[in-house]
Amino acid sequence: MNNNVFSDLKIVAFSWAMVGPLTLKFFADFGATVIRVETSNRPCVTRTSAPFKDGKAGINRSGYFNHFSANMMSMSLNMGHPLALGLAKELIAQADVVMENFTPGVMDKWGLGYEELKKIKQDIIMVRQNGFGTDGPYRNLAAFGMILAAVVGIPNFIGWPDRGPLPVGVGAYTDCISPRLASAALIAALDYRDRTGKGQLLDLAQFETSIYFFHPGFLDYAVNGREPVRNGNASAYAVPHNVYPCKGKERWCTIAVLNDRQWVELCKVIGKVEYAADSRFDTFLHRKEHEKEVDDLIKEWTLHLAPEEVMTRLQAVGVPAGVVENAADLYADPQLRQRNLFWPIEHSEMGTFTHLGTSLELSKTPAQAYMPSPCLGEHNEYVLTKILRKTDEEFVELLGAGVLE
Amino acid sequence: MQRERMLKGCRALDLTDEKGFLCGKILADLGVDVIKVEKPGGDPSRRVGPFWHDIADPEKSLYWFAYNNNKRGITLDIETTDGKRIFTELVKKSDFVIESFGPGYMEKLGLSYPALSRIKSNIIMTSITPFGQTGPYSGYQASDIVVMGMAGELFLTGDSDRPPVNISIPQACLHGGADGAVGSMIAYHHRRKTGEGQHVDISMQQSVAWFLATTIPYWELDKIILGRVGTFRSGTSRSTVQRQVWPCKDGYLFFFMIGGIQGAKTCRQLVRWMADEGMGDEFLMTYEWEQFDMATATQELIDRISKPISDFFQAKTKKEALEAAITRNISVCPLFSMQDLLNDPNLAARGYWTHLEHPELGTSIPYPKQFVRSSENEVMTRFKAPLIGEHNTEVYEEIGLSGHEIVALKETGII
Repeated sequence: MNNNVFSDLKIVAFSWAMVGPLTLKFFADFGATVIRVETSNRPCVTRTSAPFKDGKAGINRSGYFNHFSANMMSMSLNMGHPLALGLAKELIAQADVVMENFTPGVMDKWGLGYEELKKIKQDIIMVRQNGFGTDGPYRNLAAFGMILAAVVGIPNFIGWPDRGPLPVGVGAYTDCISPRLASAALIAALDYRDRTGKGQLLDLAQFETSIYFFHPGFLDYAVNGREPVRNGNASAYAVPHNVYPCKGKERWCTIAVLNDRQWVELCKVIGKVEYAADSRFDTFLHRKEHEKEVDDLIKEWTLHLAPEEVMTRLQAVGVPAGVVENAADLYADPQLRQRNLFWPIEHSEMGTFTHLGTSLELSKTPAQAYMPSPCLGEHNEYVLTKILRKTDEEFVELLGAGVLE
Repeated sequence: MQRERMLKGCRALDLTDEKGFLCGKILADLGVDVIKVEKPGGDPSRRVGPFWHDIADPEKSLYWFAYNNNKRGITLDIETTDGKRIFTELVKKSDFVIESFGPGYMEKLGLSYPALSRIKSNIIMTSITPFGQTGPYSGYQASDIVVMGMAGELFLTGDSDRPPVNISIPQACLHGGADGAVGSMIAYHHRRKTGEGQHVDISMQQSVAWFLATTIPYWELDKIILGRVGTFRSGTSRSTVQRQVWPCKDGYLFFFMIGGIQGAKTCRQLVRWMADEGMGDEFLMTYEWEQFDMATATQELIDRISKPISDFFQAKTKKEALEAAITRNISVCPLFSMQDLLNDPNLAARGYWTHLEHPELGTSIPYPKQFVRSSENEVMTRFKAPLIGEHNTEVYEEIGLSGHEIVALKETGII
């Protein structure tokens, strides 16, 4: 028990892939009791995904699963077993929130749709984050984030004029958008419940939440009839605005000059003061006209420097520039480290392992690392004896019955 | 029957530019009375395009429309003494102050979190900036491409033979803005329990670096730096890549193989579809899909599987693929155009698009009606983004200013 914001909140989660844990993190990291109901028969797709500790596959050894699941408990429950539904219902009776993100049929098939949950606990709040929502013609289409990103149309906004559309590098991009919207709505629903005694169903479709992040591009079509054009890193407002190669293999920096003052400063830094007033480059419109020349002369300068040096020299005079950080850069990034993004926590099978920390800094109630990612079924005993108040004998009996798998 | 809004009775003052728009938009959707506070003459962020009919006018920014609907709007120069005094009155009647100025700006005006909390003890202040309020990069200048680069997302996106390429709709500000909404709500939950307000400090860099999937684990466990693989997908094993973007007859399809039981069903269904259409492949029809393991599959095996699938997809249209995905339960989706989104039957069935009237333009424009469907409350886009100072009279009267005072403030350029 802790004294953080959500210390009195219990969430039972039938959640997997990335959208589930990322949503749960906002609650678990601020003190909620989060119990993930999993099964070894159909483990979370991230538990069976690389990278693994020492390259050896194992249900508790995935760097993917364990990176995202600090502060959560795991209960293993084989929903195909006749005793499972009863236990799930007992757990739900103790919960404030039930969360899920399977295809919509799965919970209903188990008898754990919203109408059933309400019978178990009248003021329960159920959060569903399915790909396409709980109704509509696509509802049963099992879609992971990479595929959902395609229906949202996101790859139309990424790429080069002479090549096809590209996916977002991180992959399951809709999984990265939905959790924040779901969490804000859930906290608002908790407030409403506390005022009125009423629970509810929150039905989010990743398809729909993700369109929020591309609405301006959609409006350009709806109003101006213009479909997105792939134009590399060019910007309608800034020149130079690009990624430039630096010294070393796969080392890159970004530079974005947003006004003429920054252009003058950049010219001074790269030792080409004469370009500041050059009629080809002196205004945004002139630079836009000669964008290729601008890029070439900057590239000539960056090629001989480390990206860190480009960043610090330009930032020193107020020109937006940065390292295009790779994994090693991120891992060592002083800004991210100071702000608590990485939580090294001792894990029974991973050793000291970097769990993902928080993206939120709250001045009085900071997010905290309470415990490592759970091994599958690690908290069976705790959940059954402490939360469901089973006797030791009953617990042993359930173990023997094979329902906790 | 009119349904209640979850956060009815709450008020937020939204001082943000495009870096923080989404925070207030989410709170407004959930029922907060969000008041956009702009400089007299309008906020510079109204210059962000695209524009209605390509007319670059501060009242016609589609970007502004998209993320400031559901908010009322006033103008106020908080750098003047009178403006500050009025702002103070507004703070006394508000629950949230959201801002995205450079770190230190609010403090310089005497409006830091400690100062605001002296005006209203339980105020929640949310600051959204590229790198956060403190730390070695907090004073850095940024635009979206710079933040996406420093957050690690940019390095992963693009073709391996070209430089990294950014998403052309700025994303870092949206992740930061959405984080601002979550942080504000967590602070609000804490306030309900304790009566205490606090300061929420959001870094856009961190909001993006927070979701990089296996990037950090691969580095920590295997010293592997994931890079760009173009239309493929990496990160499922140490050494292999798998195609995820497939050309089809009239566009592109997105599909990839997941291993084990989870992935077997969809692969088997795809193979059956291929066979039904006369393009069955002997190897695929006899392959034990449960054995396919993303982590250990060789590149040779992945390529062998991919070839006939690639040929098959090239013979299919987007529409045919989507129909098969739905009726045959295959995890494949076409790349939608914006037109496809506007006409999509699933969005239509769920009532996703709503048209808001824009009397000033003599037209109506489609907006997402809701990001979440609530069985109990009204969560929806209700009215369009404000014109410059559209709600000055209404809002200033609410805090007790007289008509004369409002006119005087207007004449002196404070509102």
